[in-house]
Amino acid sequence: MVEMNMIQALNSALDIQLKNDDSVIIFGEDVGFFGGVFRVTDTLQQKYGKHRVFDSPLAEGGIAATAFGMGINGLRPVVEIQFADYIFPAYDQIVNEIAKIRYRSGGEFSTPITFRTPAGGGIKGGNHHSQSPEAQFTHTPGIKVVYCSTPNNAKGLLTAAIESNDPVIFFEPKRCYRGPFYGDPHNVPTWKGHPKAEVPEDYYKIELEKAEIVQEGTECTVIAWGAMVHVAEEGIKESGISCELIDLQTLLPFDKETLVKSVNKTGRCVIVHEAPKTSGFGAELSASIQENCFYSLESPIIRVTGWDTPFPHSTEWDYLPNPERIATAIKKTQEE
Amino acid sequence: MSKNKNSESPFRIGDPPARPGENPIFNKWSYQPEDLKKLDPLNSTTKDSEPHAFGLLRVLNDNFEAKGEWDPELDADTLRLGLEHMMRLRIFDDRMMKMQRTGKLSFYMRSLGEEAIAIAQTMALEDQDWIFPSYRQPGAQFVRGRDMVSMICHCIGNELDNVKGRQMPVHYTYKEGRFISISSPVGTQFSQAVGVAMASSYKGVDEVTITWLGDGTSAQGDYHYGLNFASAFKPPIILNVVNNQWAISTHKNLATGGVNFASRGLSYDIPCFRVDGNDFLALYSITKWAATRARAGLGPTHIEIYTYRAGAHSSSDDPSRYRPENEAEHWPGGDPVERLKMHLIKIGEWDEKRDSELKEKIDSEVMSAYKEAVKYGDLANGPFPPSSTIFTDVYEDVPWHIQEQREELGK
Repeated sequence: MVEMNMIQALNSALDIQLKNDDSVIIFGEDVGFFGGVFRVTDTLQQKYGKHRVFDSPLAEGGIAATAFGMGINGLRPVVEIQFADYIFPAYDQIVNEIAKIRYRSGGEFSTPITFRTPAGGGIKGGNHHSQSPEAQFTHTPGIKVVYCSTPNNAKGLLTAAIESNDPVIFFEPKRCYRGPFYGDPHNVPTWKGHPKAEVPEDYYKIELEKAEIVQEGTECTVIAWGAMVHVAEEGIKESGISCELIDLQTLLPFDKETLVKSVNKTGRCVIVHEAPKTSGFGAELSASIQENCFYSLESPIIRVTGWDTPFPHSTEWDYLPNPERIATAIKKTQEE
Repeated sequence: MSKNKNSESPFRIGDPPARPGENPIFNKWSYQPEDLKKLDPLNSTTKDSEPHAFGLLRVLNDNFEAKGEWDPELDADTLRLGLEHMMRLRIFDDRMMKMQRTGKLSFYMRSLGEEAIAIAQTMALEDQDWIFPSYRQPGAQFVRGRDMVSMICHCIGNELDNVKGRQMPVHYTYKEGRFISISSPVGTQFSQAVGVAMASSYKGVDEVTITWLGDGTSAQGDYHYGLNFASAFKPPIILNVVNNQWAISTHKNLATGGVNFASRGLSYDIPCFRVDGNDFLALYSITKWAATRARAGLGPTHIEIYTYRAGAHSSSDDPSRYRPENEAEHWPGGDPVERLKMHLIKIGEWDEKRDSELKEKIDSEVMSAYKEAVKYGDLANGPFPPSSTIFTDVYEDVPWHIQEQREELGK
């Protein structure tokens, strides 16, 4: 084990994939010589050459389309969409083409692409450097949706995403690249000393479609992903109530078994995500939990989410779920 | 508010040359096969291709003679094979359209007037080359040896449909022939094809990729992504715009303010050609040229295939509502099948008797293929693929939530 921040952990996963598999190639905006605006692909071009790791023209639709073709023709492209907010020019290629090619070709063709994309708020990015559009993809059969939250699962899940023969949208909470984020903008720690900053140096994989129980508890199940895992952890502390915190990790297909088991045990549930509430992925989870755990539920499921507005700039701390809102929700689930 | 004095309309609306009830207006072509010099595929610049982008590359002249430097000098067997494939596609299309009209297919699209395109171009390529078609290049499958029964089974969506009843008719997939699955959203294949070609270069294998889209579709971002990525990475690819004048009811004059599609590639530093799309020999010749260049590592070629959509867009379309009914007859490029046939007759390698014998042979081939295909299910009664196929091939493995839904359906 070596201590890494999330950027180093992602870089390590990519490095090992490039080393082990000639069919893995990386491209996207600024990912080549420069190593990416967040440095995730730093030094990889120098190490593996200009044709394994290269800069593409600034066209997300073109990036997705060429990745489709490369995947059809035997490669395993790992592309970066510089900010998740910029993935929409590629939406048609992802939703209509990449997600459906295995199905529409009767299984004759498939394209194993991984889209890495930094998502979420907390960096003063305003409307278009802060969104968390996972729900825009969880409604699309044919792709898998993964959201990492720590250096440790960033490396393990990215390895699994690249090795998957299905296309994967891999969200990276950019707020957590250099440290966990507990919802307090005035106290921003690094990953130093965090147990999840311990990452295996060699090849390392975490199975997709599995949630992780971050901490066990008895009175309420709190489900979160991405940066909100850490904010939820802080909210649980503030509530003073014994909660089971589940990091979903893979959103599509999600680990129903782990969620149902936990909610059947605790009888209460809070779902936290930073994307807007209406039609957010929390709605899907909430529906699924009530379908499966109705007779165990002691109180209504509560969602703590971003507001149903565009993402703001200077007021982002009042937009993002914070520990206080989460603690309030947890306490509310305990009311008779 | 001041009015623009030079115009009756606030902005341009590109009208077609004629509407229903008006006389079709097509100027007689001045282009002749001798107009354009043959370029060296291994030693030509984009600039050298400028006359070819603004002219019209032809080999067959108005007297059905092969002329000029671009004559590919094909032997008679190859020409007869090309003719046979084109006749097969036309007869197949006619038969399938009749099936559609009598309720035996849900939908159909013919290639009428455009048969030469995919057939000549695929014949000019090698078997390992990749085909990224739009919906009017099904003829490539005949060249690649696809069994007609399998094509009809797909169009019906019966139990032998290789795409398991998931796609509308004519959205063929034929992996064995490196013929990629056709997608309804127009133009997406164009930029995807560039990725296929880049993968071929990356792996160091001798593969060329060819792709097509229409004049209407060239308004899509994917067309420009494709051109620009091809320009930036120079993979072995042939990028074709089939300018058949009409995108359903949208005339090409509305698709763009420019009159020439071919030359768009010049600004991407890609050699550009405009070719007579009803001239089998010219299509074959330019495709061979582009493939030679691509195989030598010299990158993309951009081709406007100048033709006319002689039929309706699809079985759901009625072109008499937006264009003169006899417009196709006035197209200066004539009929591609007729032109190759007349050329073969002219050089003493074909005659009317052989022609009608071949027609009869193909007709019975199509009929027996159809009879064979419906044994595996017809549109009214099936059998169709089992409903369990709704749930497979979404992912490599069936995940729990899809498995649950399959069990809910109970089939």
